[in-house]
Amino acid sequence: MESPRILVQEAPFDAGTEIRHLGAASGQTGAITSFVGLVRDINENDQVAGLYLEHYPGMTEKQITEIVDEAAGRWRILAATVIHRVGQLYPSEEIVFVGMASEHRGDAFQACEFVMDYLKTRATFWKKERTPDGERWLTTRQTDLDAAKTWQR
Amino acid sequence: MIEVVFFASVREALGKDRMQMDPGDIDTVEDLLARLIREEDSPGREVLSGENLLVAVNQTMVEPTHPVASGDEVAIFPPVTGG
Repeated sequence: MESPRILVQEAPFDAGTEIRHLGAASGQTGAITSFVGLVRDINENDQVAGLYLEHYPGMTEKQITEIVDEAAGRWRILAATVIHRVGQLYPSEEIVFVGMASEHRGDAFQACEFVMDYLKTRATFWKKERTPDGERWLTTRQTDLDAAKTWQR
Repeated sequence: MIEVVFFASVREALGKDRMQMDPGDIDTVEDLLARLIREEDSPGREVLSGENLLVAVNQTMVEPTHPVASGDEVAIFPPVTGG
């Protein structure tokens, strides 16, 4: 795998550009998979007016790199990209992009899902939601913890 | 000195994002947390006794028994919610 493209930034990203970038990394690429996460406008039956994303500069990038390296150890990955936005975001905005390039689709699909499941449960980000009733910090969801567990060997 | 940094709801509860601690008799993460709980006077300090608190030393997640020494950066934060 060439060095993964890992960015933590406030600025938006363009998923199409990132996918093309992944495709250009290696002539052996036969499959590119990607995931885009968006800010939802309803969470736990409350209207979400905004989402603030905090992170731990330095540790967050280090962890994402470790997660991607672990994926590259398990599956044949030719190129990988993870972009996670931070700061003030609004409903329908894109928060995160994960993309994988591989020779075949099985590895690309699995690696993409694996990285997302681990991003949800390991990477040092914290979300604070703003609703009409006030602000609240989100807590890790059990469904995300369960999903991450399924990858344990 | 030990650099201690706080994030998210822990940061808000304590009213600060960082502080420095003299290592003194602190050998482990547990010792550091115990001293913080004893000495912190902000009303939100009970967040430090929370059972879901996470700790990293020099940007690696650790267990409470992990050693801490002068020059280390210790980060204290709640469960993560990225992705």
